[in-house]
Amino acid sequence: MTTARKIGEPVLVVDNVSLSFGGVRALSNVSFDVRRYEIRAIIGPNGAGKSSMLNVINGVYHPQSGTVTHEGVTRRKVDPHEAAAHGIARTFQSLALFKGMSVLDNIMTGRNLRMRSNLLAQAIRVGPADREEIAHRAVVERIIDFLEIQHVRKTPVGRLPYGLQKRVDLARALAMEPALLLLDEPMAGMNLEEKQDMCRFILDVNEEFGTTIVLIEHDMSVVMDLSDRVVVLDYGRLIADGTPDEVRANPDVISAYLGAAQA
Amino acid sequence: MAEEGLDTFPRLLLHHAKVRPDRPAIREKDLGIWQTFTWRDVADQVRAIACGLAAHGFRRGEHLAIVGNNRPQLYFAITAAQCLGGIPVPLYEDAVAAEMIFVLQNAEVRFALVEDQEQVDKLLEILPQCAALEHVYYDDPRGLRNYTQPQLASVEQLKALGREFDRAHSDFFEAEVAKGRAADTAAMHYTSGTTGLPKGVVLTHANLLETGKGAAEMEGLNETEEVLAYLPLAWIGQNIFSYTQWYACGFCVNCPESAATVATDMREIGPTYYFAPPRVLEALLTQVMIRMEDAGWVKRKMFHHFMDVARRVGGRILDGKAVPLGDRLLYALGDFLVYAPLRNTLGMSRVRVAYTAGEAIGPDLFSFYRALGINLKQLYGSTETSVFVCIQPNGQIKADTVGPPAPGVELKITEAGEIVVRSPGLFREYYKNPEATAEAKTNDGWFQTGDAGYFDADGHLKIIDRAKDVGKLADGTLFAPKYIENKLKFFPFIKETVAFGHQREMACAFINIDMEAVGNWAERRNLPYSGYQDLACKPEVIELVRECVEKVNADLAADPKLANSQIHRFVILHKELDADDEELTRTRKVRRRFIAEKYHVLIDALYGGKSECHVETPVRFEDGRAGTVKANLHIANAKVFPLVTRKAA
Repeated sequence: MTTARKIGEPVLVVDNVSLSFGGVRALSNVSFDVRRYEIRAIIGPNGAGKSSMLNVINGVYHPQSGTVTHEGVTRRKVDPHEAAAHGIARTFQSLALFKGMSVLDNIMTGRNLRMRSNLLAQAIRVGPADREEIAHRAVVERIIDFLEIQHVRKTPVGRLPYGLQKRVDLARALAMEPALLLLDEPMAGMNLEEKQDMCRFILDVNEEFGTTIVLIEHDMSVVMDLSDRVVVLDYGRLIADGTPDEVRANPDVISAYLGAAQA
Repeated sequence: MAEEGLDTFPRLLLHHAKVRPDRPAIREKDLGIWQTFTWRDVADQVRAIACGLAAHGFRRGEHLAIVGNNRPQLYFAITAAQCLGGIPVPLYEDAVAAEMIFVLQNAEVRFALVEDQEQVDKLLEILPQCAALEHVYYDDPRGLRNYTQPQLASVEQLKALGREFDRAHSDFFEAEVAKGRAADTAAMHYTSGTTGLPKGVVLTHANLLETGKGAAEMEGLNETEEVLAYLPLAWIGQNIFSYTQWYACGFCVNCPESAATVATDMREIGPTYYFAPPRVLEALLTQVMIRMEDAGWVKRKMFHHFMDVARRVGGRILDGKAVPLGDRLLYALGDFLVYAPLRNTLGMSRVRVAYTAGEAIGPDLFSFYRALGINLKQLYGSTETSVFVCIQPNGQIKADTVGPPAPGVELKITEAGEIVVRSPGLFREYYKNPEATAEAKTNDGWFQTGDAGYFDADGHLKIIDRAKDVGKLADGTLFAPKYIENKLKFFPFIKETVAFGHQREMACAFINIDMEAVGNWAERRNLPYSGYQDLACKPEVIELVRECVEKVNADLAADPKLANSQIHRFVILHKELDADDEELTRTRKVRRRFIAEKYHVLIDALYGGKSECHVETPVRFEDGRAGTVKANLHIANAKVFPLVTRKAA
């Protein structure tokens, strides 16, 4: 298969970021960048600081030192909803869906930021609110179609198997039409077939929507086929950064993974 | 337009576009909403595709391969090819690439129109072997953005090209349609073939339309029917029910959103005319049974009570026969409480005519649906006969026959017991295969079906089995494997089975459990399992299957002709039989010879009696012999019964 994606200029620059919780250093002096249209993986053994890194990027945590520059804007402190408003969406390792709500309604919540009409207008469904909802529903339906979850559209999320819930989580993030998508272990807890499906969806999202993707994974094999470039973290330090082949050959990475396996 | 006879599909298209331009012709559920094409839209789309194909050099008499699920654009393409005097060749969309090579080579396919990336990938994969293939059009562009192969174009691009061509040659389309003759080839369907290479069955416009119209008249089908198109396009039944009769009647065909949403889509549409091969009806019944087992005890009790009532009188009420008032009242109550809600859940509330065909249906399965008040009828036919050979007329339904010959069909039974047919729907030939044509079709136009059967006292045809499959046990009594298999498959726990016994002293069977039903059963018993194989080897599961087999044996014991065919030993296969492993045909029929060869070790174990197993099960044979038969990990014995008059419970 030919890929004609044109990887562009850096859209996100993480510069010298350090983060600690009390005495625990989660991240120390981590620097890397993410370029437009690329699939960028952050890998590392458990506890390496991967999720912390993601949380720094979308403003859940605020680093003690260092900066995150997104689309040329350097920020000291961002809140998650500001990050969202700037086109950064994310999925969660431990799913954060509304279990009792249908798949459709869950994904509709992803459109929340883009709703213009106020709560009251939405509640009584007057003119513009109704039209707006229909427009949003159309976007959501395209995502449902894209991720092939039509058959569970009306099913409460809590009744779905885990693999499908992950897909709904991704769908909700996509509903924001993000420019930058952060995926926190999208393949965790999946069987091989589900992993392959998810890989295909991630590639398709990247290709069809032109979304830049940062994903975290501790399963190395999955990431290597998927990503353009890989950052490797270990105990909060960046130990390697490069193409999958470069990273695979890096002795530090090998020892970090072997060490983790022995521990 | 001067009435010039509506004897080809393209003429019928123009006719519908003229007399009912605003009636819905085809719907597709897309983005959660049913999108409708009226007959005027269909004519417009077909015209654009036809002109686009012509612009790319599609010639009269040429084949257009169609690969994909039921999608409006694929239907339009079929008609577009016919408008140009071309021949659509639908392929099974789940066929692997290698299986497509033969058809593409055999039919010298230059043009293909496919659904999506999956099919495009397959065609590109076999491109080296199919050098003739010049143009591949796709309906769904997803994932194909970066494909640069020169053969590829989207259907939208094709239509744009066609519209341009149409503007430059505005008389072209009508002229091409006018050239069409009823005797021209309208479609070619490859038979799945349980043996050997597939054969291309050449069917003319007259074959399909006369047969389709005849059956539609018999059933009183009209333009208001709703049909759900969910079976493979390559199956002749799908052509007849959703394409030929679509044009014959001008009704509306509905394409489900995806294969996984068929049940929901069916409820939303509420088809009035429905067809399903037995395996689909079986799967539905299995789901109903599972859900009833999971229901509360009040509902469960109510269901079972009223299903007993329905089985007793439901079929008779549907046939308009005399039923005592008390039973009628009871049935009416049952209808209110159970049958009507169940029909609604199944999406069958509005069904006026439902057919099952493709293979024999278990009598219990068949009467289940009729008992619910659904007018399910059997029909008999094949690709070579444009489906309809026999149809059960309303009110004359029997579970074990397929009814009298359909309008215009002549039918005979040969000395050897084989059914032969002559009808307007009879195919012209097998494509480029005169030997096979001569073998199947006599000079005076009789087609040898290869099925064994006889007429009952009312002139209804009863099919026993494939003529070549009907055998004899070592003691000379009749052995009809399909009959036994169908009996077994009625149990929701059993998905597929292959019975052996020809020239053997006893009958044995391979069994595939139904993963969904048995899995659910195991979960309710807190029986952990990791997958199919693990589940299939559980002693509890073997016991469960044994009960099913023994019930079948008890049934068989009541039939003097078949009492000797009781299943003595069976084995639950470690894997599901699969078309991808060539064990089933694409229409999900077992290829018994192939299976017998592939698993001959298991057959030896079944008949060898002793295998290196640890399990010893004492067995009493009907002649009083007592013995122990050793079973391999999962080879098991079933009790057989002496020929009795009273049925064992």
